[in-house]
Amino acid sequence: MSQFGNVLVSIIFDGLAYAMILFIISVGLSITMGLMGFVNLAHGVFAMAGGYFTVSLMTGFGVGFIPALLLAAIGVAVTSLVLERLLYAPLYDASELDQVLLSIGLVFMASATFTFFFGPDPVSIRVPSVLSGQIDLGFRSFPTYRVFMIMVGLIMITVLWLGFERTIIGAKIRAAVDNRRMAESIGINVDRLFKITFALGSGIAAIGGGLAVDILGLSPSFAIQYLVLFLIVVAVGGLGTIRGTFVAAIVLGVIDNAGKYLWPEGGAFFIYAVTIAILLLRPAGLFGKE
Amino acid sequence: MSTSDSPHAASYTSHVLKKDEIMKSNFNWRTVSFAVLLALPGLAAAETVKIGVVLTYSGGAAQFGQQIDRGMNLYIKQHGDELGDHQIELIKRDSKRPGGDIAKTAVQELITREKVDILTGFVFSPNAIASAPLVTQGKVPMIIMNAGTAWIPNLSPYIARVSFTMWQSGYPMGTYAMEKLGCESSASGYTDYPPGKDSVAAFKTGFEAAGGKLIDEIPMGGPREVPDFTPFFQRVKDAKPDCFYVFVPAGNHASAVVKTFADLGMAEAGIRLIGPGDITQDTKLQGMGDNAVGIVTMHHYSAEYDTPENKAFVDAWKAEYGADTTPDFMGVAGWDGMAAIFHVIKTLDGKIDAEGAMDALKGWTFDSPRGPIMIDPDTRDIVHDVNVHEIVKVGDRLTINVLGTIPQVKDPCKALKIGKCGQ
Repeated sequence: MSQFGNVLVSIIFDGLAYAMILFIISVGLSITMGLMGFVNLAHGVFAMAGGYFTVSLMTGFGVGFIPALLLAAIGVAVTSLVLERLLYAPLYDASELDQVLLSIGLVFMASATFTFFFGPDPVSIRVPSVLSGQIDLGFRSFPTYRVFMIMVGLIMITVLWLGFERTIIGAKIRAAVDNRRMAESIGINVDRLFKITFALGSGIAAIGGGLAVDILGLSPSFAIQYLVLFLIVVAVGGLGTIRGTFVAAIVLGVIDNAGKYLWPEGGAFFIYAVTIAILLLRPAGLFGKE
Repeated sequence: MSTSDSPHAASYTSHVLKKDEIMKSNFNWRTVSFAVLLALPGLAAAETVKIGVVLTYSGGAAQFGQQIDRGMNLYIKQHGDELGDHQIELIKRDSKRPGGDIAKTAVQELITREKVDILTGFVFSPNAIASAPLVTQGKVPMIIMNAGTAWIPNLSPYIARVSFTMWQSGYPMGTYAMEKLGCESSASGYTDYPPGKDSVAAFKTGFEAAGGKLIDEIPMGGPREVPDFTPFFQRVKDAKPDCFYVFVPAGNHASAVVKTFADLGMAEAGIRLIGPGDITQDTKLQGMGDNAVGIVTMHHYSAEYDTPENKAFVDAWKAEYGADTTPDFMGVAGWDGMAAIFHVIKTLDGKIDAEGAMDALKGWTFDSPRGPIMIDPDTRDIVHDVNVHEIVKVGDRLTINVLGTIPQVKDPCKALKIGKCGQ
């Protein structure tokens, strides 16, 4: 393969693997923000909790990687429902500032709590040996885990898209995102709908957190460290859209990788430049409603 | 209260008194004179030396602070009675992260409020760099236990260093890569802050002087959080150099470097990973698994060294902190640094001043677990043996094979007067 082709493949491949993590973690945030307009800065906490859940199940109880991910998703989804009732629900009608203060406070509390139980050092994960090392795809070899990551991301978007577009509950969510009052007036229980999406989004974020450990690492500062990135994905994609989050994750993931690969001195600058450019042209995001 | 401190404290108090507090002022003076009189017979002995310790005690860098802390405490525990009637008091401050700001505030407070006699610690270079002007102004001796940017001791006449300089590993690694490892082309990657720039500059100078060709120099994010190294490493893999020299702060960055290198199959692509010993730190080595085998580093310490001094040190460490713990180069720096502080206290008989402390340290020699060390009288920097480590697997354990030793290396950056090292 030509040098240029090789570089292009490197950038796109790594960018896609990164994008899938961004997508899986951010999609729940996009939907819940679109549905309720709740500014939940603590969304990354659910991903972080998922990561710690997965690692603890694997090292403490010898659970396999995939079962641990699924158990983490269920555990985090249930916990998030409790938090939703206790902490979030009372603030649904409060101002955005109150919501921001509550949720950023939760981030700091979560950081301290996880530091207390797991220590300040990053934890690592032993992925199954079939997922580590290199895989030869004919024309060149790729890190197996990242190939797996891309596959999981593609399965996730397919399932979510089908669920969103082809089921009654998906239709209700779309209706509520488009026009909440109208949806309520034709008898859709938006409150209950929100609880379901909140739990679902948290559970999916937990899977994303578990998957991300091997690539992004995991420490008690995870939720704050990547907060901006998740918010950027949601803002660029537009609120309440699965397709938008997916496209935004891919655009930002690939551009971030291209920037670091081609011009390391510029480092993380590209992703912000692109974000600013897109939001100047489309303030509501790529697929958001104006 | 020590006799040398009391008059200072009293005169300071009298400056800030207002008129209506005259009575109180008289009272203070009398008490102080009384205390001085009482203390006079014991003037020659029983000083309490206050040592300000600035380390990373929280967050992801807490592991470094813990290493150095343990090294210091182990030395104090084993040698505490050598100080005679003198006492030491450690006043610890958390510098948290590499930014320099928190450390500087801590140093200011330690100098002005706690009135420490000696400052020590300093994990990250920016923290030592930011604090340097304060120790010059406050005339407090500062003994660095890690921060390895070569030119740090040039920033103040009151800084001495017991740890290492980036050039002591980077420069000989450059020569060794070309002459012994047969790497005609190399790329380097570094964490983008002073010691990283320093380390790759050292490697470049040594490598090019030996006739090697450096094809790429890649900044790979900041020291505070571990980045995803994949795009940077992929860039190197596609460029196919013979050697890839990497500097990152020890700890979690190092684990990620070795992992990414393996995930991308760079060894199979014919690229050799080399660097300072930070990337195969003892405390992280076993966790790296087979991925670490074959890495060649240039370094001044490994817990695996088979010398009586090191064996005694490692055994004492494990007895104190648990069989599953291990000292690394930072733990040794804590041990050696405390030995240097003890030497200063003994030499000055407990009455510490910055010039006296530096004079005591210049030319000081010590049998460290890492081997014989000395403080260079000209630069106040460490002189020690530097070894070539190759990571090998023996049984189930990773260990090192020493491929060669360069005895008593002085900092090449200051010897060659490069950039800030020449100032």
